This record gives sequence, structure tokens and C-alpha cells, in this order.
Amino acid sequence: MTPAGSLLLAKDLRKSYGSTPALDGAEFSIHPGEVVAVMGPSGSGKSTLLHCLAGIVTPDSGSILYNGRELSSMKDAERSALRRSEFGFVFQFGQLVPELTCTENVALPLRLTGVRRKEAERTALSWMERLEVEDLGNKRPGEVSGGQGQRVAVARSLVTSPRVVFADEPTGALDSLNGERVMQLLTEAARSTNAAVVLVTHEARVAAYSDREVVVRDGKSRDMMLEHSV
Amino acid sequence: MSIGHTLLGLLESGPRHGYDLKRAFDEKFGHDRPLHYGQVYSTMSRLLKNGLVEVDGVEAGGGPERKRYAITEAGITDVEAWLKQPEKPEPYLQSTLYTKVVLALLTGRSAGDLLDTQRAEHLRLMRILTDRKRRGDLSDQLICDHALFHLEADLRWLELTAARLDQLATEVRA
Amino acid sequence: MTRRLRELALGAKFAFTGGREGWIRTLLTALGVGLGVALLFAAASIPHVNQASSARGDARVPAASGGKKAFERTDSSVLFDMVGTEYRGESIGGLMLRPEGKHPAVPPGLGALPGPGEMAASPALRDLLDSPKGELLRQRLPYKVTASIGDAGLLDPTELFFYAGSSTLTEASGAARTNAFGGEVEKLPLNPVLVALTVVACVVLLLPVIIFIATAVRFGGERRDKRLAALRLVGADTGMTRWIAAGEALAGSALGLLVGTALFLFGRELVGGVRFWSFAAFPADFTPAPALAALVLLAVPLAAVVVTLFTMRSVAVEPLGVVRATKPRRRRVWWRLLLPAAGVAVLALSPRAGVDQGVTDPNLVAIGAILTLTGIATLLPWLVEAAVARLRGGPVAWQLAVRRLQLGGGTASRAVAGITVAVAGAISLQMMTTGIHADFVRTTDQDPSRAQVDVTANFPSGERAQRMIHDFRATKGVQAVIGTVETYATRPGAYTGDQIRPTTSLTVGDCATLAELARVGSCRDGDTFVVHPADDKRLSAWVDQAARPGEAVNLDTTSDYDSSAEPLLWTLPRSARQVLSRPDPMGEHRYGIFATPGAVDVTKLPSAETKAMIKVDRAVPDAAEYVRNTAAVIDPAMHVRTIDNVERDKQYASVQSGLRTGAIATMLLIALSLLVSQIEQLRERRRLLSVLVAFGTRRSSLALSVLWQTAVPVVLGVVLAVAGGTALGVALLDMVGKEVTDWWLFLPLAGTGTVTVLVVTLLSLPPLWRLMRPDGLRTE
Repeated sequence: MTPAGSLLLAKDLRKSYGSTPALDGAEFSIHPGEVVAVMGPSGSGKSTLLHCLAGIVTPDSGSILYNGRELSSMKDAERSALRRSEFGFVFQFGQLVPELTCTENVALPLRLTGVRRKEAERTALSWMERLEVEDLGNKRPGEVSGGQGQRVAVARSLVTSPRVVFADEPTGALDSLNGERVMQLLTEAARSTNAAVVLVTHEARVAAYSDREVVVRDGKSRDMMLEHSV
Repeated sequence: MSIGHTLLGLLESGPRHGYDLKRAFDEKFGHDRPLHYGQVYSTMSRLLKNGLVEVDGVEAGGGPERKRYAITEAGITDVEAWLKQPEKPEPYLQSTLYTKVVLALLTGRSAGDLLDTQRAEHLRLMRILTDRKRRGDLSDQLICDHALFHLEADLRWLELTAARLDQLATEVRA
Repeated sequence: MTRRLRELALGAKFAFTGGREGWIRTLLTALGVGLGVALLFAAASIPHVNQASSARGDARVPAASGGKKAFERTDSSVLFDMVGTEYRGESIGGLMLRPEGKHPAVPPGLGALPGPGEMAASPALRDLLDSPKGELLRQRLPYKVTASIGDAGLLDPTELFFYAGSSTLTEASGAARTNAFGGEVEKLPLNPVLVALTVVACVVLLLPVIIFIATAVRFGGERRDKRLAALRLVGADTGMTRWIAAGEALAGSALGLLVGTALFLFGRELVGGVRFWSFAAFPADFTPAPALAALVLLAVPLAAVVVTLFTMRSVAVEPLGVVRATKPRRRRVWWRLLLPAAGVAVLALSPRAGVDQGVTDPNLVAIGAILTLTGIATLLPWLVEAAVARLRGGPVAWQLAVRRLQLGGGTASRAVAGITVAVAGAISLQMMTTGIHADFVRTTDQDPSRAQVDVTANFPSGERAQRMIHDFRATKGVQAVIGTVETYATRPGAYTGDQIRPTTSLTVGDCATLAELARVGSCRDGDTFVVHPADDKRLSAWVDQAARPGEAVNLDTTSDYDSSAEPLLWTLPRSARQVLSRPDPMGEHRYGIFATPGAVDVTKLPSAETKAMIKVDRAVPDAAEYVRNTAAVIDPAMHVRTIDNVERDKQYASVQSGLRTGAIATMLLIALSLLVSQIEQLRERRRLLSVLVAFGTRRSSLALSVLWQTAVPVVLGVVLAVAGGTALGVALLDMVGKEVTDWWLFLPLAGTGTVTVLVVTLLSLPPLWRLMRPDGLRTE
């Protein structure tokens, strides 16, 4: 595989929050269907890298190519549209809207892209079946366990059939068994739809579900895939 | 752990007498198990035989402990290769890895790279185990999990060490 | 018990040591409570304000002689005449004084009596006279201002009042004698309608204040709950956290009492010289009634504790975070309906009262209004819950808002309850004032297109009548004048209680004047006429009962009810001709006995008045003031009365706009608390907002959801307010025997409610944008 075939390709990313550099020359690449773990100690800039890659945060310098298009030159509205339709997200906690039922939460990204409620909820339900949480449909996030909630979140990240799923410590708040199950379901579902997964984690056992890893240390990351191809 | 590579690595910073080598080894790696002098003698003669060290001089009074050894070019290459080669991930690896890290620091090589390479190797094995676990039955899963948890512990140690490299370097070079 | 106290103290400590967040929260609460407390103190001062001002009023009235015995002329006696006037709708009180000795009595607020041609004026009157606006008034009060009346001699700082000195005042010209100042102003029983209006106004203004205090106590609650969770972690139980929270609220409200007292003391100095419609007072008059002040000082902290304990019931503070009860208890509707129903029932069953007769029990009005309005406030959370429970679907923004309200509608509806009570109260008050106004217009039967001024002197004088006709005709803006001497004429004889004594009027004027009032035909001095109203047979017959040519009429009507007085009998000459009335220059019909001065000696008529009826040109500004000026030149003691609907409408409009301003101010106050809780809620949800942004949620969707979230309760609240306020208004109007004249008075108020929502939403957008930045995603 070469960088040319990358779905998402980032080079020399720099980003500071105030005077603190979060990213200081990071690189990254991912191919369709690939699961790449982003590893590193806390505070190393993993999450910032993910936010930049997903177009949530604009880097101070460097380039991010998604499907050949430069992310940082897109308008905010375009990037939002991209996130709605082609990206999916799973976070560690606090991501489900507490007032909406689980089904409504899963259907939310579809509804944001303008799909009608009935249809969106039908699609949502089929994804919930795949993640074995179809029974929770009418419950609210406050009424389900952490593992179940995280699976609902995974279902939500996949419901739009995204090209890239961004998962930031998706098992961070779960015990081993639940964490493993969530990872298994996430990677299987992603592989079956040929979605790429950017998996930020500091846990080796979670990273072991990936195809390869990129390590971030002090805001710097080296992507072996890019080095070997040079 | 390879005593031969360790002693070679210690020689890389300059020629030393046999008793010097033993003292340096004990100080940095021996901790509660000091090296027996006979072990130094036999190792050095093996290295001498393989052309990895040479005798630089002998102090008056004779005896093997009075010999001064120096590393050869072949010896340096050998240390280099040893440090670059990740260890096969297996339990209770720390002492070897620790030695390697310290030697890398002592000889001015990148300890970070060493740890990264080791991490990649660990992860490679963890991927294989995870994959096996995914396909296997419950007993496979349990066995694989056992191995995975141990590997994970090593990896955590690697992470921790990586985070403390600067601190370690100042201590080692002191 | 001591344990609880210890927890309260701990909470109070947290209120001040909780870091910056804790401080801000405590300050917000203190400011909110302080605002409310200051208003409550002001309300509690009203009894003292009234009492102090009426005491000063009593102290300055010329002492009245007991019974029929008049005061003797002494060294300290003073002749006085009431010479108050009216200027552009403002009434100006005044006494003309003439000392009769070397040591005359001096009214309070004066060092000495003003000399002839001089006057002592109140500071407000001085300012008015010195300003360009007072030019016409200066002509009317041509005295030299030599002194200011001190506070002790004034009802309030904005009162227009003067004492003028005279050297010509005599008893013959209508003056009276006194030898001291200080007595008792005759207190008319308060108009029951006015009482009802005042009571409802107090309830309407104070209930939202109380609701606002209850909301202010909860400011920053979400942050506090996090702190409490940390306490749970180190071993506090649920009960303890509640009491600690109560302690925090207690500290905030105690600080609020201090802030409120400061605001009140500062505010009363500011309010001192300002007049609100017809209300003004000296700063020192604003002294809360001790009992009421004590009630405020006790009730506010107590309410803070109770409200906190009550709300904490639905919040489970767990060691690792705060769980709001996911399924709140279903609100019951029956007792909520019971309150307003009971309120309307109390109003409907309490005794009726009219403007002129009967008594309304102010307590019943207050209880009815309080029950109805609190009922509306308690009904709202149920209504919001019930209405929202059935809503599903819709666009994403709508769905988010509705679901949010389904789970936590209580917070929003509590804040909105304040708006609802304010709007409902204002609607009922407006309906009431409008109803009363319409009633007034109907009963006086005035043609609003006509501007008329009546000038009356309290003694009969044909010459005076002639002079008035002459002088007023020459006055700017006057179109027509009729000057007559008038008195009542009754049929002599004994009449028992349930018989009505035939009564008509005697109008004395020269032939020219009488010809303008009736079809007298040929007329010479000495002629008399019996004038029948044209086209009214029944009234004509009534006139004939008293006015019988050749028979006597009684012209001193005191003797009709006071047996010690002698009747003054005058025989209507047999020659009196019966004629029909004609519309006078003012368009009115006058009837009764008409006589020329040669037929009756007007100087002998004891209770007759000299009257001029003047039609002024509405197009001339200040026409009425010119008439008053002319009247003052003739005799400062003459009464000038305008019958001018424009003036009346202006007053009415000012009451209306006053109510509207009050309601709007209350709504702003509540919008403020709505905004605070809105922003707080957004901050609590910052992570969720960031996640939604990560998904690619449009900003407009989130902004709309914030809008709906406020709009739904407010719209429901306004609907409820319109329904409840109208019901209350109907009940109150019915109570005072009036009918609803305008069903659409709620429109501007409902509009204000809508604007409130928009403003709150707009103001919460900047924090929303800020919170929507991806910073919230960074792990905490």
C-alpha cells in the first residue's frame, strides 16, 4: 500500500492551544477498510490528531487530504457536511443525548442529513441489531449500562455507512469484557462495510484489534507506512 | 539476558580492566546478584576468541583481572545488531530490555527507537493472539487472554520507561 | 437537630469558599434575592408612606371650629380661603391666608406667613413656576415667591402646593377663620373598586417577585450538584447533601438580604423625587412596617432552605455524579386545578360592590387573586408536562427540545411561571381599569368631542355672573359662555322618608342669557318661566310638581332635612310662562324655574352658586388654562372644573401604560433568570454539544432547539396566562358590577411574552457558539 491509495493522509501537522503545542509535526495515513490505532501516553496529542483528521479542529499548519481533497481549505459548513455524511464518531463518554431514546440517538446522524424519521429509525434499528442492542430501543441512555450505551454509540457511528469511523478511547469507561466486545463488534462491522477506523487508545489490548499502530509522543507521530513507502 | 553483549556494550565507552568491567556491571545491572568473576573471565575469553574484543594491555602482577580489554569494530557491530533486534515477546523480559535501554543510553544510541521497535513487536504478537482469540473457542480465548494480559503488562512497562527515558539517561550517565 | 445545623453551616461555608465558581453562584443568588427583597421592602413601606403623608396632611389643615360656634377674632387667628387650582392636569393645592393679629398661627413647613402679594411655594411648584412650562401658571399665581414650604408641610416631594398672603380676604368674600393648623382631613372611605384594584395590583407585582426569589435561590444549581457529588464520595449521605445544599442557599439568600437592604436604602434616595403616576414619597417615608420587614427577613432565608430541600428531592446526588430522576413523578392535576377554581369561586361568591355603593372586602379580593394567580403558577408545570408528553417527531431541533422538556421541563416552567403570573395579573388589571373607564364614560354621558369648563363661585351674585360672561368671552380659546345664578327649588310641606320631595332648579339670568337656554319669546326683567325639557313628558311632569305658578317653592333646602332651619319661601308668580327648553351653546337642555334678576333677589339665596359654563375651542392649546387664569383674576377662590374626556383618557392611558411597564419590567426580571438557567444548562451540556458538533450538527439546528426549548413553555405559559388572566378579570369586574368591554387587551402582553423568548434565545446564542467549539471534546 502506498500513500497514494490513502483515504486520509496527513503530513507535518502542527497545532497549538495557546502556547502549549498539542501537535508538533505529526503524520498519519489510513486506507479504506483499515483499522489504525493511534497510541501514546496521555497528553501526547492523540485526541488532537483525531480532531484534526476529522476536520473538527483546523491545524495551524500541515496538510490533511481526504480522498484527495484538502480538509483545511474547506469551509466550516463543508467540513460539517463531510462529518455528517462520510465520518462516524464514537467517544469515551457523554456522547448520547440523554433526552432521546436509544433508537433516536442512533437515528440522529441520519436525521441530520435529512433522512425522514421513520426511515432513519428503521435503519437505526438494523444497526442496533448488529450490535446486539435492539432491545434497548425505547430506553433512554440513563437507563442502560455503560457497555450497552457504548454499543449504541457504535451503532450510531456506523448508521450513515461512513467511510471513516473516528473512535476516541471507545472502551475507556468500560471493563475488559465489555471493552473487548465493543471492539470486536466495532471492527467487524467496520470491516464488513469497508470503513476505515481511526482508533485512539492508550490500551494495548484495544490497539490489538487494529491492523497497525501509529504512536504519538510529544505531539510528534511517525507513520511507518509512510516511511516504508519513501 | 546476554552477559557477553552487556560487557561488550560497557567496553564501547572505552577500554577497561576485567575488575572494572565487573564493578560497572554490578553497579548498573547486577543489583542483588553480583557477577561472579569467573563468569567475566570465561565471557571475555569467548569474546576474545570471536574477535569482538582485544587485549589492550596488562598491568604488572599478571592474572586475568589485570588485563585491559578494548572493543573491536566487529564488537561494535555486534552490539548494534543486538540492540536493534527486538526481543521475542515473552514473560519476564524486563531485565534484558532494561539492560538494552541502559546500554543504548550509555552508548549514545536512541533508546526511544529501541522501545518503539519492541512495542511494535509486542503489538504484532498481540494482534496474532487477538485474531486467534476471535476465531477460537472459549478455552482458546482464555489462554490467549492470559498471554495478552502479560504482554499488555510488558507494554505498559515499555510505555512507562519511554516516558522516563530522560530521567534514566541522567542517572545512568552520572 | 445540631447535626442539621452543622450541615447548614458547612453549606454556608461552601458558598463563600467554593472558589470562583462558588462565589459567582453565591453572588448571582444574592443579587437576584437582593432585587426581590428590595422590592418587598418597598411594598412593605407603603403603609408607612400613606400614614406619614396623611399625618402631614392632617397637620396642615386649618383647625375647624367645633359645632356651629365660629372662631373668635384673636391675636393668632387667620382668615383663609382654599385657592387651589389645576394646571395641565396637575392639581395644585393652595391656601390664601390673612393674619388678623401680631402672632398668627403658622402652618407646618413655614417659618412665617407670607405677606400680602407674596407666597410660599413647595419646591416642585417653584421649579414649575421657574420653568418655561409654568408661564401660564405664573400669570395665575402672580405672587412673589418668598419662601419654600419645608418637607413637614408637604404630602410628598413632588406635591404642588402654596400659601399666598392677602390683605383683602374677608369673611364676606367666602373666607373662613381659624386659630391653629392641624386637625383631621375628612377621610372618604376608599372607593371599593379602587381597593380591589390596588389589592390585585399588589398581588400581581409581588407574586412574580416571590417566584423570582425562588428561582434565584436555584441559580448555579448544576455546578453545586457536582460539588455535592464530591462530598458524597467522601462519605456524606443523601440527607446531608440536601442540607448542605440548603446551607449554601441560605448563605446566598442571607447575603441577598444584605444586598436587598442596601439596594432599598440606596433606591429610596433615588426614588425620592420621582413621581410614579400619582405616587411619590419622601425617602424617609419609605420605612417598612416592622412586622412586614421582619416577615421578609425571616421568610426569605426560610424559603431558600425549603425550596432547596424540596428541589433536591428529585435530584439524586451520587458519589460519582448527579443523577436527575429519569422518570419524574407524574404531576397531579387536581389540586393544581383546585387552587384557581377556589380563587375564582371566592371572587364570585364574595359580596358585590359598585363604584358608588357597597363595600368590597379587600381580604376576599386578595385571597381570590392570590389563589387564582398561584393556581396558574402551579398549573403551568403540569400543563407543560402534559402538552409535551404527547409530542413526538418533527425536525431534529424540535425533537431535541421536546425530549429535553419531557425529561426536565420543571426548571423551565418554574421560571416561566413568573412570566405567566405577571401576564395574567396584568391582563386582569387592564380588563378592570378598562371596564371602570368605560363605565365612567357611559354614566356621565359626555360628548367627548366637546370641551367644556364650569366655573363656580360659592355665593350668588348677579354682577359676578355678568362679569364672568364678559371676562370669559374675552378669554383666548373661549367660544361661548353662559353665566347664571343657580340653586335648588323644592316643594314645601312635610314628606316622609319614602316619599320623594319634588325638586327642581332655579336658574337666574338676564333675558339675553335665558333666551339662549329656552324659547322664552318676549322677555323683560322681572319675568319668570317654567321651562320643560323638550321631548321629555315624564321629566316635564316632574318639573311641574315643584314649579307651580302662584304657589311657593322653598329656596333654602337645608330646612328640608334640618328641622331647626327655617324654609325660605318664594312664590313663583302666577304670570310665569311655560316654555320649552332649547339646546344651549354647549348642546345641553336646561329646565326648571327660570327667573330674571328682577323677579328674585339673588343675594338672599343662601345656598346658591354663581356659575359660568364655558365652551372652549379644543384647537387652542391650553384653552382651559386661559379660562383658569381669567377666573383667578376675578376671584382666586372660584372653582374651575373641566369636563374634558381627553384629559380623562390621558389619565386612563397612563394607568394602562403603567401597568404595561410594570408587567414588562417583571418579564425582564424573569427573562434574566431564564437566561441564567439557560446558559447554565448549556454549560452543563458542553461536552454533549461538542459531540453533536463533531457529528456535523448544524449550528442553526442547535440554536433552534434552544429556541423551542424556551418557546414551548413560554407559549404555553402565555396561553395559560391569557385564559387565567381573562377569567380573573371577568371575576373581578363582575365583583364590582362591571362588564367586560374589551376582550383583546392581552395582545400587547402576549406579544411581550413572545419577545422575551426571542431575547433570551438571542442572548444565549453567543455562549452556545462558544460552547460548541471542539474544546469540549478534550477529555476532562
